Amino acid sequence: MNITGLTIDSARSAIAERKTSATALAEAFYAKIESDDSKIGAYLVLSKERALAKAAEVDRAAEKGEKLPPLAGVPVGIKDVLVTKGVRTTAGSKILGNYVPPYDCTAVARLESAGAVVLGKLNCDEFAMGSSNENSAWKPVHNPRDLSRVPGGSSGGSAAAVAADLAVTTLGSDTGGSIRQPASFCGVVGLKPTYGRVSRYGLIAFASSLDHIGPFGKTVKDAAIMLRTIAGRDPMDSTSAEVPVPDYVAELEKPVKGMKIGVAKEYFGDGLDSEVRAAVEAAIQTLAGLGCEIVEVSLPHTKYAIPAYYLVATAEASSNLARFDGVRYGFRAKSVRSLSEVYRRSRDEGFGAEVKRRIMLGTYALSAGYYDAYYLKAQRVRTLLTRDFEDSFLKVDAIVAPTSPTAAFKLGEKVDDPLAMYLADIYTVTANLAGIPGISIPVGTTKEKLPIGMQIFGKHFAESTILRVGHAYEKAA
Amino acid sequence: MKVTEKDVAYVADLANLELSGDERARMVRDLNSILGHVDSLNELETKDVPPMAQVSDRHGVDESKKGSERFAYASRDDVKEGLRKSFSTDVALANAPDADGTFFKVPKVIER
Repeated sequence: MNITGLTIDSARSAIAERKTSATALAEAFYAKIESDDSKIGAYLVLSKERALAKAAEVDRAAEKGEKLPPLAGVPVGIKDVLVTKGVRTTAGSKILGNYVPPYDCTAVARLESAGAVVLGKLNCDEFAMGSSNENSAWKPVHNPRDLSRVPGGSSGGSAAAVAADLAVTTLGSDTGGSIRQPASFCGVVGLKPTYGRVSRYGLIAFASSLDHIGPFGKTVKDAAIMLRTIAGRDPMDSTSAEVPVPDYVAELEKPVKGMKIGVAKEYFGDGLDSEVRAAVEAAIQTLAGLGCEIVEVSLPHTKYAIPAYYLVATAEASSNLARFDGVRYGFRAKSVRSLSEVYRRSRDEGFGAEVKRRIMLGTYALSAGYYDAYYLKAQRVRTLLTRDFEDSFLKVDAIVAPTSPTAAFKLGEKVDDPLAMYLADIYTVTANLAGIPGISIPVGTTKEKLPIGMQIFGKHFAESTILRVGHAYEKAA
Repeated sequence: MKVTEKDVAYVADLANLELSGDERARMVRDLNSILGHVDSLNELETKDVPPMAQVSDRHGVDESKKGSERFAYASRDDVKEGLRKSFSTDVALANAPDADGTFFKVPKVIER
């Protein structure tokens, strides 16, 4: 079976109509991974046994003519920061090199309950810290659209796997843009839901107040189907919200005519590549052509987003990553003589350079004498950045912006300059600080054929709105 | 504020990291570069702006409710057995770098 361009519905109906089986489909994807992934590097571990057992279960149901669940037999890939029972999960880090989790992440369990077949674990920046996937302790990921370029990060494997047809759809995580930016670099759809929309249980924590789980897909509809499956209250995550989950798929076809779409000048300033600007402006014109009213809004504190974000995120990371101590699980350094040496040497040898940098920055920002000047200051600015969105959403239903200031950059281009790498997240971090949903959709390519992404932001829990705008654009483009 | 080698050594100690000599030198450079950028936050007057620790500070709960009542959704009654069954000792120790079947093992903690 030709698996190129397969979406959730086309995969599911091929199985339901008995044109193929879930087992044959999984085998076809494994064959493609075998032949193509050596040059891309999307997968870290394949979970064949688990995948084929699930596929067999779907096939038995299909043979009996049972009604199949929404993701029946759909091959999916999972970012390696989401724990999977019995399947090695490393978070892209040497410190978890041999970690085999004893439980499943809620989002993964919900996908499997809906019939999904988990092919394996996807490469990412170590502990989801990075914007290029070059911080993976194992191997970099190459952008399927141009192998000399990065796929974006930190969910680079998740984006590349969808772009290269190595999975129909995937899960990633987004703490400062880690779903939306790689989606834009690889030319696929990536959705970061509202904070609290999807349970974080089983997501290896980076920055707990900013971490989100969300889907990648080839189409906006696939993102909607995935979100509908993983969203909703989970008693295992006390920050998961008691907000009803609408039928995001049914709401896709509602008209966008008359909708007010905000455009903020702060997202179109210096540093924005001219080809990216032109593509996003053309996409805004397409939305205007669909009857949306384009309204200028202002997000005046935008330039403070990166400094505020990197203080809050690293402070939380320094606390979350204190658990990796070489005692209960994970890597322990050899020939250590004292407990304190176990901690220090295991962390020194187990963590990569960027993770250590962020632990150090966060520890510094929280240390006595600097807490007020850095961490508390950043939390106050977080309020200002959130108010910017709240004020704008009094006037508009959604806000559009470029996802990233440039298309995918070259491997190695920014590895020696952490600040330049952080600035790659300039348009994405604010949505994490404010907790609002954002989706990146493809809106064309550069002259060099590199994908360009546009973000659509919505109010808290207004995923239906941004999915609907994205879907309308996709149909019109 | 300039970060010095001494600051890096102190913070590394707090973070339970050793860092090699090269790593420390690089860390001084990188932290100063990043904190230089972060200093722009001081352009903002934030004396009267409340800090925001959580997104739920701003949404999802009724603003008029007071204190812990606002976060009632995040609390629950105690469950004697826990929300899920505890792992058995075997499962809990399965990923340990060193264990004796009952306990995690570490080098001697108290020096004589």
